[in-house]
Amino acid sequence: MKKDNRSKIKKANAEAIERMLSGDPVWIDVVPAGQIIDGLKEHLILHAGPPIGWKDMCGPMRGAVTGIAVFEGWARDLEEAEDMAGAGEFEFQPNHHYGAVGPMTGMTTMSQPVMVIKNRTFENLAYCTINEGLGKVMRFGGNDSEVLDRLAWIRDILGPGLATAVRDLKGIALKGVVGRGLTMGDEMHQRNIACSALVLRELSPALARTTINSSELSEILTFIGRNDQFFLNLAMAMGKAIMDPVRNIDCSTVVTAMARNGTDFGIRVSGTGDQWFTAPVEMPEGLYFPGYTEADANPDMGDSTIVETIGLGGFAMAASPAVAGFVGAGPASEGFSYTRTMMEITLAQNPEWSIPAMDYTGVPTGIDIRRVVETGLTPTINTGIAHKEPGVGQVGAGVVKAPLACFEKALIAFGEKMGVA
Amino acid sequence: MVRLNMMEFDSRENRPKNRLLSEKLCVVNIGLEQFAADLRQMDIPVVHLDWKPPAGGNLRLATLLSKLED
Repeated sequence: MKKDNRSKIKKANAEAIERMLSGDPVWIDVVPAGQIIDGLKEHLILHAGPPIGWKDMCGPMRGAVTGIAVFEGWARDLEEAEDMAGAGEFEFQPNHHYGAVGPMTGMTTMSQPVMVIKNRTFENLAYCTINEGLGKVMRFGGNDSEVLDRLAWIRDILGPGLATAVRDLKGIALKGVVGRGLTMGDEMHQRNIACSALVLRELSPALARTTINSSELSEILTFIGRNDQFFLNLAMAMGKAIMDPVRNIDCSTVVTAMARNGTDFGIRVSGTGDQWFTAPVEMPEGLYFPGYTEADANPDMGDSTIVETIGLGGFAMAASPAVAGFVGAGPASEGFSYTRTMMEITLAQNPEWSIPAMDYTGVPTGIDIRRVVETGLTPTINTGIAHKEPGVGQVGAGVVKAPLACFEKALIAFGEKMGVA
Repeated sequence: MVRLNMMEFDSRENRPKNRLLSEKLCVVNIGLEQFAADLRQMDIPVVHLDWKPPAGGNLRLATLLSKLED
């Protein structure tokens, strides 16, 4: 039995790593979510993390829900939206169940434009909304008129503008962009400056060709140019497009998704299908913007951990000395320690995504639940920190650990499936 | 004669002779780092190995891991 398991798991994990490394994600389009996400309908709100109902949602998640309900025209104001949510008039589902991902609160609803990423190797699609920028934004629970007006501009101007430009380019291949970004100091979670600039460099000529109204062209270029995190949502949809083909490989112990809803942290494992293994989410440790402290912070949140699932973010900390300082992880040299530690719990290194300062070592790839449980080392995640009250927004950035209990539960379920628990 | 690290066999006493405290120590410390720190304070050369029992000593999980290892 033991030898049989050993060969089955080894073979299954080799297949999982092969699928991860052979993925070829390309940004092909921008489309209103309701037109492309199967099953997305009126009053259905997709959110970040594992499943959660209104009564268990944290402050910023509730703030975003009420804001998006007003944005979609389902409620006249935030108060009515809150009453409707409490009365069960909205359906809540995880983004991950619909081929999508969303940062922080992760609101995805019908009229929001989503960026469409195609994994050309496996022909699957993944979706993510467009990054709203920094400050008071819906992904951090913001929901006032400033936030909703920006979302309307994204829906009416930015989304269609990007769509025509991306189609004109016949898509933008993302793997190479990430490879270059790593050599320029990005880790693709809390630092996306290089990749955002690289994508803007590709987009600009196409935007100039396809955007008829020059003032709109100026607005679009300014918005992207001022948003250091523009690429984050692309990196996330890319991660989803890479990891979805890794799901449901019998006998594989590789993690296919990690996500948080502000209350629980959840993981999915290839060999146990689409079951979530959850535990209470932890509080990030980090640095706070002036005027805020840890007492203001909400526990960790968002689908953005898909970035760590593919070996970036906290796993690629060594590529990004600037991030180590930004998230309060210690001196820049500490980044090497983070990346080396993540190598203890992964099965491979990605030769196409290498870190120059570590002699071009590839980023740690393929989280193995056995290694996490055996070593007690849990994935390191670089993250933004939201205010715990609805409507305030981002108050800092930091590092958070995935809860060990998720991996222990997954290992037991995996063992039961293998007939050895 | 069995020779184990700092031990030597004393034939007259018919037991291993302990040279541990009579010679200069070189230590590999496994597990709790405080032991290594204490020795360093006494200028004793020490290499610390960061080690914990598998699954933090949880017997159920450690047994399960042994059945699922590569």
